[in-house]
Amino acid sequence: MTRKALVVYLMSGPETPELAEAAVAGGADVLELGFPFSDPLADGPVVRRAAERALARGMRTRACLECLAQVRERVGGETPLVPMTYAALLEAYGWERFAADARAAGATSLIVADLPAGERPELRRVQLVAPTSTDERIALAARETDGWLYLVTLAGTTGPRAELSAALPALAARARRLGPGIPLYAGFGISTPEQARAAAELVDGVVVGSQALLVAEEGAEALLAFVRSLRAALDA
Amino acid sequence: MSAGTFGPYGGRYVPETLIPALDELAAAWAEARADGAFRAELEELGRKYAGRPTPLTLAERFAPGMRLYLKREDLLHTGAHKLNNALGQAVLARRLGKRRIVAETGAGQHGVATATVCARFGLECVVYMGAEDMRRQQPNVERMRLLGAEVRPVELGTRTLKEATSEAIRDWIANVETTHYLIGSCVGPSPYPELVRELQSVIGREAREQVLAAEGRLPDAVVACVGGGSNAIGIFAGFLADEGVALVGVEAAGAASLGSGRTAILHGARSSVLADEDGQVVDAHSISAGLDYPGVGPEHAWLRDSGRARYVSATDEEALAAFRRLAETEGIIPALEPAHALARARELEAELVVVCLSGRGDKDLAEALRALRT
Repeated sequence: MTRKALVVYLMSGPETPELAEAAVAGGADVLELGFPFSDPLADGPVVRRAAERALARGMRTRACLECLAQVRERVGGETPLVPMTYAALLEAYGWERFAADARAAGATSLIVADLPAGERPELRRVQLVAPTSTDERIALAARETDGWLYLVTLAGTTGPRAELSAALPALAARARRLGPGIPLYAGFGISTPEQARAAAELVDGVVVGSQALLVAEEGAEALLAFVRSLRAALDA
Repeated sequence: MSAGTFGPYGGRYVPETLIPALDELAAAWAEARADGAFRAELEELGRKYAGRPTPLTLAERFAPGMRLYLKREDLLHTGAHKLNNALGQAVLARRLGKRRIVAETGAGQHGVATATVCARFGLECVVYMGAEDMRRQQPNVERMRLLGAEVRPVELGTRTLKEATSEAIRDWIANVETTHYLIGSCVGPSPYPELVRELQSVIGREAREQVLAAEGRLPDAVVACVGGGSNAIGIFAGFLADEGVALVGVEAAGAASLGSGRTAILHGARSSVLADEDGQVVDAHSISAGLDYPGVGPEHAWLRDSGRARYVSATDEEALAAFRRLAETEGIIPALEPAHALARARELEAELVVVCLSGRGDKDLAEALRALRT
C-alpha cells in the first residue's frame, strides 16, 4: 500500500519554524502555513482565534513570507510548503508578486481559500472542491489544480467535528472519476487519528488544521507526539 | 471583465462550497425577472403589504430657500427601505425551495425586515447581529424576536455589522442546501449587488415620477446616505441615465469606505474598503449602526471612479444636528443613517433636491438622546 500523505496546518508566527520541524519529525509530509486575514470566511473558531492572535503579533504578509523562509531553512529542502491564505492578501500585495515571493521563500504551491477554480487560472495553486460542487466544477478544479486536489469534506468552516463527514465517500468517488490520477487529500473536520485513518481509506492524504493549532499551543513536543499519532494511524 | 462585476469591482471571492448556490441564485433571479407573475406578485406585495408607493414630501421649514423633497421610505412597513429587498428575496427563496433564511443586521432594520417577511411567508429565520449593535438597537432586537426570528449575538472583533456579516456567510456555508442568505445591502458576492440594486430601484423609479409630477422637472441633485449603499443605489438607479442630475452619496466620516478606503476584498467582493496596506480590514466607527461598516457595494466604487456619482461624508455631530432639526422643523424623526444625507443636502448648490429618507428614527431615540445630551 502506498504511504498516505499527512498535511499539517500551522499559523505563521515566531514559534512556527520550531513547530514545523516538530511536525516533520512526527511524520508530516506537507506543511500548510497560514497567512492570517482579518475576515476569514472559510474558518471556524480555532483558526480565527489563531489568525487574530497572529495579526496582533504583527504577522502581516511580509512577516509571513519571512516566517516561510525560516521554516524552509529549518525543515530542509524536501518537505512541500504551502501557504494558505485569502484573496485579500494577494490583492494588496500584488497577485504575481505574491506568488513569486512565496516561491522564492520556499513555497512549493499555494492555497487561496476564497478564490474558486476558474478564477485566475494562471495562479498555480491547490484547488478545493466541496460536497456542493457540481461535476463540472470538480472536473475544472481537477484540471487546474497544482499537484493534489483538496477535498473539503463538509459544507461548513474549518474545525474539529465529532464524526468524519458522511459526505466524504460520495465526494471522493466523484473526484476519482472526474480527476483520474490526481491525488486527493481530504480536510476540514479531521482532528483525531481515528478520523484520519477512516478518511485515508477513501483518499490519498489528509489535512489536519484546527486540532494541530490547538495542540501546538502546548509546544513543539506536544505537536510532535500528536503528529506521530496521526502518522501511526495512517500507516497502520 | 468577468460576469458580475462593475469595472474592476465585484466578483465572487468566496469558498467553493458557495459557488453552486450563487450560480443557482443567479439563474433563479434571471428567470424571476423575466417572469411577469414574479413582478406582479412583488408589485402587489409592495402595494398591499408594504405601503408603496411611499410619498414624496416637501421639507420647506427644514431647508428654507430650497425645494428639498424627502422620499419617505421611513413610512414603509417596518420603517425603512430594507423591506423592498427582503420581500423580493423572500419570494425568490420560495422559488428556490429554501425554507430557512439567514441574515445579518447592523442597525436592526434589515433584521426586522427579514424577520417580517419570514413571518409573512412562514420561513425559519436566523439573524446575526453584533453584540455592540444589539446594545445600541435594543428595540429592534425585541421586534425581531416578537416576529419569531432567532437573533444570534456575534461577540467577535468589533461586535458590529462586519462580524455579523461574516457569521451569516459562515452559517450559509454550513447550511447552504436548505438556506437562503438574505443579504441586506448591495454588497457580497455576485449576483447579490445587482439583485439588491434591482429590488431597491423601486425607490428611484417612484421618486423620479413623483418629482416630475410635483415640479415638472428633474431634480438638480439626489442625495442618500451610504453604508453598504442599498438605499442610495436604489434611488440613484432611477436617475442614472439623467446626466443632469447630480448623484451624491453621504458616508459616515468614521466609516468612509469610498472617501478614504482602498481597493480590497471583503465579504466576497472587491470594492473600496477601509483596509490597511496589507489588505487587512480595519475598524469603522459611526454613531449610526447602519453605516458602521468598512465596506461598500462594488457598484458605488465604480460610480465613484466613473465620476457619475460623488461621495462626501458627515460626522456624528452633523448627523445628530440634522436629526434634531428635521424633528423640530418638519415633525419627522429620521433614522441616524439618513440624517447624514440630510446634513449634507442643505449645503448643496442646488435648487431642487431629493433626499432619500431611508428610515425612521424610533430605533435611534435612546442613542441619539444620549449623544445630544453630552
